[in-house]
Parts: sequence; structure tokens; C-alpha cells
Amino acid sequence: MASDYALSLCDISCTFISRDNPGQRYAAVANTTLNIAPGEFVSVVGPTGCGKTTLLNVGAGLLEPSSGSVTVHGKKLAGINQRAGYMFQADALMPWKSALDNVIVGLLFRGVEQAAARERGIAWLARVGLSGFEDRYPHQLSGGMRKRVAMAQTLILDPDIILMDEPFSALDVQTRQLMENELLDLWSEKKKAVLFITHDLDEAIALSDRVVVLSSGPATHPLGEFPIDLPRPRDVAEIRNQPHFTELHTKIWDVLRDEVLKGYIQHKNVAEE
Amino acid sequence: MDNKFLLRFWQIVLLILLLAGWQTASTFSTKIAFFFGDPAGVAGKLLDWFFIERDIYLHLGVTLIETLLAFAIGTAIGLLVGLWLALNPRAAAIADPFLKAMNAMPRVILAPIFALWFGLGIASKVALAVTLVFFIVFFNVFQGVREVSPTLLANARILGAGRRDLLRHVYLPSAMSWVFSSLHISVGMAFVGAVVGEYLGSARGVGYLILQAEGSFDILTVFAGIVVLTLCALVLDTLVGKAEKHLMRWQPKIGMTEKI
Repeated sequence: MASDYALSLCDISCTFISRDNPGQRYAAVANTTLNIAPGEFVSVVGPTGCGKTTLLNVGAGLLEPSSGSVTVHGKKLAGINQRAGYMFQADALMPWKSALDNVIVGLLFRGVEQAAARERGIAWLARVGLSGFEDRYPHQLSGGMRKRVAMAQTLILDPDIILMDEPFSALDVQTRQLMENELLDLWSEKKKAVLFITHDLDEAIALSDRVVVLSSGPATHPLGEFPIDLPRPRDVAEIRNQPHFTELHTKIWDVLRDEVLKGYIQHKNVAEE
Repeated sequence: MDNKFLLRFWQIVLLILLLAGWQTASTFSTKIAFFFGDPAGVAGKLLDWFFIERDIYLHLGVTLIETLLAFAIGTAIGLLVGLWLALNPRAAAIADPFLKAMNAMPRVILAPIFALWFGLGIASKVALAVTLVFFIVFFNVFQGVREVSPTLLANARILGAGRRDLLRHVYLPSAMSWVFSSLHISVGMAFVGAVVGEYLGSARGVGYLILQAEGSFDILTVFAGIVVLTLCALVLDTLVGKAEKHLMRWQPKIGMTEKI
């Protein structure tokens, strides 16, 4: 039953119409079905520009699909998905608010008292390792620290579904692995449903319960699903050395490689036109 | 430190040379003395205004009140209209040609009309200066709201922001950052509006003093008035700089970014 899923994207298609030329259409996503069980960590991999973000925006309720339906814990989604948290690829912190004010802004939107919100915000900043940085403005923090603030900002609301759009892609490898481990720690405490978008297959396998491979655009759709039966708890750096990790990687890469090539050729052709 | 001291030194030397040249020229030629006055005379007039007759304060006060009123009213209206139009694309599209026309119009020419409408008192000067300030603030607010990154907006909405929350926590701060960066210009414009308004018809104010002096070929008073206005503008600009520094401390400055 669909109602068993935390988030269910059913037969989603998204077609964009060019604003300057209404005759020109672009089908970003076509006939995609994606179900995420409560507590499940699902990664979606695919070549760049294949409509992964579009899919995530649909799940967040930021974008209405051309056809198909979105169900959240059995209820049809209308408007913003109130049970979801969203970590963006780009910086989404408010530059005019301090780290603490950024973390608690969602609580304030939801009507929590300032004092109570601050108390929880301080605790969350400590949890992501940023005690003592409460009064810093985003521009005074490094890229990794800003991501931590964004993580606290999302998780403080205790969302049932966490949507992540290549959240660590802008970080250096070391910081990235640290953040991935921290994410896994936080996730294992609460076991929320996670939909994690990435173009990095290593990252996807290391983090997830299940990896979904998307085809190259236009008209992106899932090509295959791979359950990741690696033991937990995991350390993202160490798990890459396990033989089974390599096996899974080879298996998934076989499917992904052709799509990456296709995507590359398409982009090249568009560029040459 | 040494460098700064040296810089100051040469600046003072240059000032003394200019003043000395001016003084000498007017001592040797009565024509120059008539058309340009002399620094000693200007200084005397300033001394007279500020310490002996003490009659500048009333006029200066009037000019400053006009400036501050115009600045406050212009900023408030600019902020409101800017926010409203930026958040209502349809209204903005309708208003666009009117705003462009009003902005293109040399607004100083409205002074006589305002004098007719509001009389020769403070109100007509404030009105003129408001039209100058309004457009600077308006365009900056408009830009500021439009420039809010879509990611930031999407993030705020996901975090549960309603329309009023967005206005208060996202649009307004973003718009204010643009308003503050234009504060120097808008305060300057408020001052210009006030003085020009006075110059074109009034009974009080520094602009009025200059106009009176000009009518009686009293070049010393004209120059003294200019000096007073320049000093005032500098003080206002410094105050604005201080306020900006305090209110915009969240904004990164080039070379000042502190990474930890």
C-alpha cells in the first residue's frame, strides 16, 4: 500500500515550457515512480542535468508536477511539504542572521517562543560541533561550518522526511567524509526517511539503504534500483575498502556509465548547436 | 602610521597654499576681491555667524530639519512602494512607464509647484527633497527584493515561512541592505533638495541666506554659506557611515572576511 511510505512519488512527469517561446517544451522528468519507506535512506544518482533536483523539488512541494501525484505518509501533497526538511546544494542561510538565528528561524516560523527556540538552537549547534559560534554570521564561517548550520537548521524541526540535494558537493574530500559520517550518526539516532541526491556513486553507496539510478535527460526516469546490504553502522571512509562495496560499485556503475556518456554527448551537442 | 601622517601633512600644506593664493590674489586686485572675496573675510563672516551674532543657528536648524524630515519620509515611502511593487509583478508592470517618466523628469523643476502648493515654509522644501530621496530608495528596495536568491526563498518556505514571515525575515533585510548601501546618496540628495528648495524661495534656511547675500553682491556671505553647507554635508556623511557600519555588520567586506 502507498500509505506505508513516508514519501511516494507516483508516475511523476515534469515538462517545462520555455517562457520566451511557449512552443518549446522540455520534459525534465517522465513517468517516474519513487517510494521511500519511513526510516529508509535512499540515494538517487544520475548524470548531471538529468532532473534530479526537479524530482526533489516535487517531493518538497516547491514544484507541482505536470502529471502524477505525491503522497506523504498516505496523504496527498498540496503546497509545501510541511513534514519535509530540505538541504540545498547552494548556500541557503540568511546572510543577515547569525548562526543561531539561522538555526532557530524555522522554529520561530512555527510559533515557538524565542527563548525556548534559542535554548534548542544552542543545543543543536553543539550537536553539529559549533558551540561558541552562535553569534557568527554566515560569511564568518567556512563552507563546512555553513553546511553544519544548514543541517542543524533543517534537523531542529525534526522532519519526518529529509530531502538532500548534493549537500556536500561543494566541500573538500576530508570535510565531506566528516560531514557524511555526522549525517549517518544523526540519521541513525532518529531513523528518518532520507532522499539523497548526488552524482557521486561512492557517496551514494556509502550512505544508503538503496540506490536508484536515473537515466540522462531529457525525460529522466529510473533505470534500476540497487539495495545496499552493507552492514551498519558504517564509516564512509573505511567502507570503501570492503570487497562488497567494490562489487556493488561495479554493478551500479555498469548501468550508470552509459547514461553519463549519453548525457555528456547531449550536452556537447547542445553546446555545439 | 608614518605614511598617514605624511598624507595629512601634504593635505594641510595644499589647503594653506590654496587659501594663501586666494588671499594674496584678492589683496592685489579689487576685481578679484569683489567677485571671489577673501578667506579672511569669509572666516570673519563665519565667526560672526557662529559666535558673535549667533544668527546662523536658526537657519542651519531649519535646513537640517528639512533634510532629516525629507530623508525619513522619502525612505519610508520608497520602502513601502518598493516592497509593494516588487512583490506584485502585475502592479509593477503597470506602474513601470510612470515611474520611469517620473524618474527621468528633472525634479528640481517641481520646486515652484511645491512652493505654490505648500507655501514658502518648510513643507515645500521637504516635498522637493522627498521626490529626490524617494526614487533612490525605491529603486534600491525594488532591486533588493528581486535579488533575493530563489534558493534562500525556497529554504525559508520549506522551513515554514508564511507570507508575513518572508516579508519580515527575507525580503525586508535583503531590501534594507540595498537601502543602506545607498544611504550616502539619499542623505546627500535630501540635503540638496532642502537647500535648492530654500534657494528658490523661502524665508529661512542656509539656502535663503545665500540667496539674500547674492542679491546684495555680498560675496563673503555666499562663500561662508557654501562652507557651512559643505561642513554639514561632511558631518551627515560621517554619521551615515557610522550607522551603516553598525547595521551592516553581517555583510562581508572585501579583505575583511574572517574564516575560522
